[in-house]
Amino acid sequence: MLTDSDLQAIWLTTRLAGITTVILLLVGTPIAWLLARSRSWWKGPLGAVVALPLVLPPSVLGFYLLLAMGPQGPVGQLTASLGLGVLPFTFWGLVVASSFYSLPFMVQPLQNAFESIGERPLEVAATLRASPLDTFFSVVLPLAKPGFITAGVLTFAHTVGEFGVVLMIGGNIPGVTRVASVQIYDHVEAMEYADAHRLAAVMLIFSFTVLLAMYLRRPKPARGD
Amino acid sequence: MDSINARFKLDWPGFTLDVDLALPGRGVTALFGHSGSGKTTLLRCLAGLERASHGRLEFKGQIWQDENTWLPTHQRPIGYVFQEASLFAHLNVLGNLNFGLKRSATAQRVGLEQAIELLGIGHLLDRKPDTLSGGERQRVGIARALAVGPEILLMDEPLAALDLKRKQEILPYLERLHDELAIPIIYVSHSPDEVARLADHIVAMEGGRVVAHGPLGATLARLDLPIRLGEDAGVVLDATVGEVDAEWHLACVDFAGGGLWTRDLGLPTGKRVRVRVLARDVSLAVHHPEPSSIQNVLDGTVESMGADDHPGLLLVRVQVGASQLVARLTRRSAAQLGIAPGLPVSVQIKSVALME
Repeated sequence: MLTDSDLQAIWLTTRLAGITTVILLLVGTPIAWLLARSRSWWKGPLGAVVALPLVLPPSVLGFYLLLAMGPQGPVGQLTASLGLGVLPFTFWGLVVASSFYSLPFMVQPLQNAFESIGERPLEVAATLRASPLDTFFSVVLPLAKPGFITAGVLTFAHTVGEFGVVLMIGGNIPGVTRVASVQIYDHVEAMEYADAHRLAAVMLIFSFTVLLAMYLRRPKPARGD
Repeated sequence: MDSINARFKLDWPGFTLDVDLALPGRGVTALFGHSGSGKTTLLRCLAGLERASHGRLEFKGQIWQDENTWLPTHQRPIGYVFQEASLFAHLNVLGNLNFGLKRSATAQRVGLEQAIELLGIGHLLDRKPDTLSGGERQRVGIARALAVGPEILLMDEPLAALDLKRKQEILPYLERLHDELAIPIIYVSHSPDEVARLADHIVAMEGGRVVAHGPLGATLARLDLPIRLGEDAGVVLDATVGEVDAEWHLACVDFAGGGLWTRDLGLPTGKRVRVRVLARDVSLAVHHPEPSSIQNVLDGTVESMGADDHPGLLLVRVQVGASQLVARLTRRSAAQLGIAPGLPVSVQIKSVALME
């Protein structure tokens, strides 16, 4: 069966993906709202920046984050001056990196959900005395619920599967940064094919189950009418 | 003080709105015009859903918009009915009705119950919007707008998205609103029939401008109305149900100018009704006509003449007692009869439409 270090890696991966998903729900929602609602010129550039991790090699993203969060980088100096130390090769460094890496998987489904709601329900809410903030919580959030579920699941699953960024930022420290995908890599490196098989199977089943659940749900598109 | 003063200037690519209006603070005012005439945009400006760059809006003494003031939509004491009911899909009917009620300081339980009763939706309260028919949805939409206890009701073509059958289903409810609500209603429509049935005042719009406005009867009787009504040209008379001829199942409706016999619809004597007389159903004779199948013949005097859509046709306004009727004649028959202002004529009315 799975070894203790396998289980440790799975638990670490789950924790990383869970925390990243929560952070991105909080950060990604306003970004998606801005992108969905704004008609400003900066909508294009912001959308492109958010989508970058989709096309950028993870090692490139990891390299820049490593520099930024390192002792000489601006983020590193900030965290050091706050008494947090430097983030690379720590669990929280991984969380920060994962948040960048998985950002588009949160923002894009949310942006689609917000856009599909359209202008009308917001106008209706305004004529029924709801302020814009009130409208967001009482109308937009419930109508965008399928979008939130999709975004959350995709973000979680995508973070579970990351590898390149983890290697660049986290290295391979058992219990701290050694996530499941890195553990499989280790097994293969050490010619432990049976161990690699077991863990790989767990990952495969997890990914398939998540996607299956999502496709079976097939949420009806949110509509205002 | 009791009226609504609105001045809006708005410039969009390909469209300009430029209006300066005093709307009455009571009754139903129809914003009437073809699509693209700016009537919906004007309504949205009143609601604050659209912000005219130059505008001033005063509602019964309160400033809603001027150079320094902008009251956002959610702070205006309005009720708004959209063309599609636009119910919130995540709430059931009662949830939709309560949405505004909970947030409005002026709303009262009684208002909600009255709205539910007025629109006849008591049996739908725990249904979800997607299980309702189009007509039911629109009735809920209207009740939802009323439930907030608005000081003015704005309606944007509430019947336009419905088929004829659904329209017939909702019109009686709208007529009840007209009779029972004390607040002003601004009603956007492109349908002369709806306007004739519901409106007290009419604001005719074209190309983003107001081309005519005034009380319904007088405005419809204008021959120089810049909006061509075509087959719908005609007048609306206020009348009361009078004598009933039980033998022939006819009832007489009396207006200021005479009586008109029409089918007896079983309305009680003394009930106030509206009678719509289309110009195409009115013909004129110079001598008292031979007996014919036409039951309604009144004496009148030609008052003025005006052009109709077609070059072969003419609209003639005839004074009958204190009322005015409009007849549509061919130019040739007008010339042969020597129709001219001041000429006494017999007015033959082929059919009238009774509206409660």
